Amino acid sequence: METLKAQKKDSQKKKTMRISGAEAIIHCLLAEGVDLIYGYPGGAIMPVYDELYKFQDRLTHILSRHEQGATHAAQGYARVTGRVGVAMATSGPGATNLVTGLADAQIDSTPMVCITGQVPRHLLGSDAFQETDIVGISTPVTKWNYQITRVEEIPEIMAKAFYIARSGRPGPVLVDITKNAQFDELDFVYEKCTKVRSYKPVPKPEAGSLEKAAELINNAKKPFIVFGQGVILGEAEAELKAFVEKTGIPAAWTILGLSAMDTDHPLNVGMVGMHGNYGPNLLTNECDVLIAIGMRFDDRVTGNLDTYAKQAKIVHFEIDPAEINKNVKVDVAVLGDSKETLKDILPLLNENEHKDWKAEFDKKHQIEYDTLIKNDIYPTKEGLTMGEVIEQINVASEHKAVMVSDVGQHQMIACRYAKFKQSKSNITSGGLGTMGFGLPAAIGAKMGAMDREVVAIIGDGGYQMTIQELGVIFQHNVPVKIVVLNNDHLGMVRQWQELFFDKRYASTVMTNPDFVKIAEGYHIKSRRVTEREDLKEAVQEMMASKDPYFLEVKVEKEDNVFPMIPSGASVSDVRLK
Amino acid sequence: MKENHIQFHQDISVQNIMEKQWYTISVYSENHVGLLNRISGIFLKRHINIESLNVSKSEIDGVSKFTIVVYVTKEWTRKIVGQIEKQIEVIKAYYHTDDETIYQESALFKIASHLLFDERQIQNIIKESNSQIVTVSREFFVLAKTGRRHEIDEMHEALEPYGIMQFVRSGRIAVTKATMPISEILQEFQEN
Ligand SMILES: Cc1ncc(C[n+]2csc(CCOP(=O)(O)OP(=O)(O)O)c2C)c(N)n1
Ligand SMILES: [Mg+2]
Repeated sequence: METLKAQKKDSQKKKTMRISGAEAIIHCLLAEGVDLIYGYPGGAIMPVYDELYKFQDRLTHILSRHEQGATHAAQGYARVTGRVGVAMATSGPGATNLVTGLADAQIDSTPMVCITGQVPRHLLGSDAFQETDIVGISTPVTKWNYQITRVEEIPEIMAKAFYIARSGRPGPVLVDITKNAQFDELDFVYEKCTKVRSYKPVPKPEAGSLEKAAELINNAKKPFIVFGQGVILGEAEAELKAFVEKTGIPAAWTILGLSAMDTDHPLNVGMVGMHGNYGPNLLTNECDVLIAIGMRFDDRVTGNLDTYAKQAKIVHFEIDPAEINKNVKVDVAVLGDSKETLKDILPLLNENEHKDWKAEFDKKHQIEYDTLIKNDIYPTKEGLTMGEVIEQINVASEHKAVMVSDVGQHQMIACRYAKFKQSKSNITSGGLGTMGFGLPAAIGAKMGAMDREVVAIIGDGGYQMTIQELGVIFQHNVPVKIVVLNNDHLGMVRQWQELFFDKRYASTVMTNPDFVKIAEGYHIKSRRVTEREDLKEAVQEMMASKDPYFLEVKVEKEDNVFPMIPSGASVSDVRLK
Repeated sequence: MKENHIQFHQDISVQNIMEKQWYTISVYSENHVGLLNRISGIFLKRHINIESLNVSKSEIDGVSKFTIVVYVTKEWTRKIVGQIEKQIEVIKAYYHTDDETIYQESALFKIASHLLFDERQIQNIIKESNSQIVTVSREFFVLAKTGRRHEIDEMHEALEPYGIMQFVRSGRIAVTKATMPISEILQEFQEN
């Protein structure tokens, strides 16, 4: 057995080797630097699992407890590392269970490769057992997909899959591999893909666009930056900081842009969007030049487009040409990779300060602080607030932890109040708003950043959508810190019902199980906090734990998240209550 | 005064953007099985009806060409073309108005043979419509007509009263008056 393994390793050094398609898939993954994948076995992918067994010393496979969990874990891993996450599943139901993760990765531009088994080629189209047209199903939710039916295609397609997933604006790729192609043999050689003829991942800025942008920015009296995940994906954090500091322009972030810039930076003025900060939302409609960097003017950011920044000239730094003028008409588009374009424009920008203009943000912040933030993070009322839990985590983590959030009120509160010093620290489902994302994504994030604390902030609703992944945390002792902010409600929906549906609480009240007992069932250290006086100490205990830890905090049942821009309203109509 | 002038032009251009028109979208792409599905999905998502679709080889070896006709606003056409061009296998996508293209459709009419002798008028229709008789058998003959959509419609209208056994019309095919420098674009891809 040992010698066999050694022989295999030896033969790998040679240029070609005669191996099965299943083994070739493993070699492709290794060649792409993959050492960790998430997945779930089944009939149509068994040859690959057999090879995973043989290669377990070099490629770790983590058995998720549901294929959706595998995709979110791969996403969490990708978002924290900047590398391609990999998930694997069998055909039919295994493959369809990947769809939510694919859609999430597509809309949030997360590099991911999903591999699915498929019935043998001769059975395609015959409604065979566990046959599903996953290529058809996943087409609208993938950057690219392909069905391999012949073993010889494996190296080239796998190389292409990784290249497409990670290059340009990243995204998910699905490769479906029929079982015959896994069993058949080929002469294996692997060559990494560096270009695809019809695909231009990074467009060049149009001639003169940098100069035009610089002129607008230099002449602006009230310029305002809104940055998104493009800064993180382009690893342009330092370039953004240099831009902001040289020009003195106040900068706000979209939810996926969070952590690209130190949250305590004096020019970081907070979050834009539906539950963003008061100042940046209001002042969007007062700035004279809006500089959008790596963001896509999502409707949750802009509110009503007819009343969004109409007074402003708009400069858009963007890698994806299809995003230009998609939602908001721009005056200057600077196409390209944010790291390059931000670096190139810097010498063209004047050093500046915008003291009076920045003071307007400070003034608005003070209003928001006095009416809202103070009561959220240092409450004096009886019930516990979500905000104070986040604040205690900030204190205990010293702004160094990775925060993974699920979807709902707790997500908005977490993103509003979490503090970060380091990029790639905020992992949340932004574009798709996928409940159930948090727990598995935290597993992937932790495994991608073992040297960092990873804290998952999850609602009692979303937690129960992927709660089975506790099995992974237990089996592999993944030391994530899980915080469930339990309001016994689908809080965010309940809030909308309260505000817009005359308090008709249709199906948003939940009778929840004993979450602590469930965690105990998985042998995860756990604790429940119901009183304010225990919170600080409990959070500290959790953060100090070397092992996985589950903390349930019983929070006020009917709190609302403010500020809020009601959907379809203008950013100027941001409500403080 | 000057400002007024500018305002006036802006209004006009806004109107143009909002107006529905016929657009011919030409997509140059790799020959890839899943691509048609991806492209049609882009229209489906936005509830835009594809009025006509033709897929063929193009002037470049190994490069396919989709010719898609839609009736929408310029704004939508621009966005759709942006989404199409983003697909991995798409080399380049263009959109053009009818004035900017030379375009044709083809149609086949299958008609009972006895009408050729019984109905004098049919012979006139064939002559006037500039169509060809492709085949004649004892039971039926087939007419082929190439031209603009309205010409084919007129011919259909003229023949209908006599009975048409089968009718089919192809998708639009079009070439543009302006150049489409696909070879240069491909060259650029290679260099990148
Ligand atoms: C998979 C999925 N289903 C439904 C929704 C709609 N939704 C958004 S927030 C929310 C409530 C979330 O409740 P919970 O997880 O308890 O978080 P809370 O808002 O109470 O903090 C729901 C149902 C969603 N985003 N995702
Ligand atoms: Mg809840």
